[in-house]
Amino acid sequence: MPAPLLPVGSWHRLDHAGLQAVVDVLWSAGHRVVGPQVADGAIVIRDLRGVAELPTGWLDDQDGGSYRLRYDPAAGTFDHVVGPHSLKNFLFPARETIASFVQLDGSWSQTPPPAQAPPLAVLGVRGCDLAALAIQDRVFLGSGYVDEAYKQRREKLFLVAVNCRRAAATCFCHSMGSGPAAGPGFDLALTEIEGGFTCEVGSHRGAAVLAEAVAAGAALGGCSTEDVEAAREVSQALATRMHARQQVGGEPKPRSLDTHGIRDLLMTNLEHPRWDEVAARCLSCTNCTLVCPTCFCSSVQEVADLSGDHVDRERQWASCFSLDHARMHGHSVRSSTAARYRQWLTHKFAGWIDQFDTSGCTGCGRCITWCPVGIDVTEEIAAIRATAGGGASQADASQPGEAAS
Amino acid sequence: MSGPSSDAASRENPWRSHAARIRSIVPESPGVQTYELEFEEVLVRDSYRFAAGQFNMLYLPGIGEAAISVSSNPADRSSLAHTVRAVGNVTDALARLGLGGQVFVRGPFGTPWPVTDVIDRNVVIVAGGLGLASQRAAILFLMAERACRSVTVLHGAKRPEGLLYGREYDAWRAAGVAVHTIVNEADASWSGPVGLVTDLLTDALRDPSATTILCCGPDPMMVGVAKAAIGRGVAADDVFLSLERNMACAVAHCGLCQFGPLFVCRDGPVLPYERIADLMRIPQM
Repeated sequence: MPAPLLPVGSWHRLDHAGLQAVVDVLWSAGHRVVGPQVADGAIVIRDLRGVAELPTGWLDDQDGGSYRLRYDPAAGTFDHVVGPHSLKNFLFPARETIASFVQLDGSWSQTPPPAQAPPLAVLGVRGCDLAALAIQDRVFLGSGYVDEAYKQRREKLFLVAVNCRRAAATCFCHSMGSGPAAGPGFDLALTEIEGGFTCEVGSHRGAAVLAEAVAAGAALGGCSTEDVEAAREVSQALATRMHARQQVGGEPKPRSLDTHGIRDLLMTNLEHPRWDEVAARCLSCTNCTLVCPTCFCSSVQEVADLSGDHVDRERQWASCFSLDHARMHGHSVRSSTAARYRQWLTHKFAGWIDQFDTSGCTGCGRCITWCPVGIDVTEEIAAIRATAGGGASQADASQPGEAAS
Repeated sequence: MSGPSSDAASRENPWRSHAARIRSIVPESPGVQTYELEFEEVLVRDSYRFAAGQFNMLYLPGIGEAAISVSSNPADRSSLAHTVRAVGNVTDALARLGLGGQVFVRGPFGTPWPVTDVIDRNVVIVAGGLGLASQRAAILFLMAERACRSVTVLHGAKRPEGLLYGREYDAWRAAGVAVHTIVNEADASWSGPVGLVTDLLTDALRDPSATTILCCGPDPMMVGVAKAAIGRGVAADDVFLSLERNMACAVAHCGLCQFGPLFVCRDGPVLPYERIADLMRIPQM
């Protein structure tokens, strides 16, 4: 069958076999394909060869400090939300060699960077994580200096997004404007419907891959205007429920965050007593920064081989919750947990706006779920807002934002 | 960034480092030495430019990297000096290298001292201890280029042996620079004033509205200097501080140097006090 012409912005119907054909095309073109799978009691992002490996029927119940999987035969393939992994694990890996040096006859020289890994294709990317990717792009590509390895991975990245039709109790993407609908930035976007998916073409590469899948035998159905409307309504209905903070079918109600004047609110409350209050609960464990899809701090370690003549400079994720982060001459600038928590929260929700003209938060809720003591950013910010000093609280009072939890 | 070629190279790959050799080592004070470096590649040697107040990332393979201010005159293309205190892995290893030792250099990075727009100003340089290293580049530049109305150096140290560049004071004074020193703890060798560097400020601020302050030292000392200078009539945006923070990348990617919304490596290290006064007031920021 000849490859059909599939314009960017067009919608189609795709069944599970069709999605498998898409995976096959990406695989054949040399992509490493990864997607959500059940492993170790969580839905993580792993190498994937077949759509049968996707977590069909699995749901994740998430809350502060709690993550549990539950099987529901009525659940679809993508009715789970986000797990501990995000695109960050692949685009900005936890460990990466950023420079190498070799010693010969007593002199060192820098060797060229290693060859790049194959292009990556990711299945099941949500709106919050597409937003997180756009935020990391600003850090590594848009702030003057370009991180070459990130750039190469980013340029070759193929993204199959999913429009969410379910939210966890930790989700607040609607408050941060990043979801539950996916986009922009995807190559293909799926909405789960009875018997398969609708598939929106988001890029020329997406169109080419889908066309090849059809050429290889995938059955691509047409979408009427009504079908497109119905697909759009899936995420729209969820967004409406999230904004109204409605509970649906035994699911706990999603969180919410009032972002009104949030930068000034936080920067005029740097000495608010809440920082000490939250520090009494915070273990400074760094979990929140590790699961956060936008946290970008890193340090560099020297890794030498046994001869000592080959040295790799290895970049590793760092966390503002560790004492080493702000260490100078043997002491840490932020020696208290209160100062470190304040650094994280104010950077994420305030400093980021100055630095990158965007919030550093997408409302994915990972930091709430994976905090061992269930510290909840939406609750902490609401507490500061409720008892704010400075000028922010008065300024905000006249402009009601969303109700805080 | 100041040099077109080195700038372009850095922007291609911020982790690219250039090999250099130690050409001379001058002991300055206990544990502190000035290292004169020369790039191995002629192309790098010819194209490398920096501005007073900028820093380099000095790298020793297998040991690590440290952010060090350049302490030589940016207008003197024959010199690239770094004054370094041996206080950690990298700086200790640097101190053991000796003449001809190999050091890798990434840079220059960061904002410079405002030495090119002070032609009608009295520049007062206030330095605490090793802080004078980054200001030496400014002093030498202002002297050589006659780039301001007057230069006054106020240098304080904990003890007399902690004062830097003492052997150069005669030459600085001969060029018209006023040099005043003070120590916290005197010994038998010391006949000068005892106290804090801020004690020297009053005499140096005879025309505060025409004065620009360049200050480098520990954070509390810089805040003290800024407040005292502003209290005597110097404008808050004429007081410049050079901050020091932990750094791994120097290109606003690693996040370690953040100070409120600022990346000290890119937005600093030299910052007008006006921009950071509110942040400097907050403990553990």
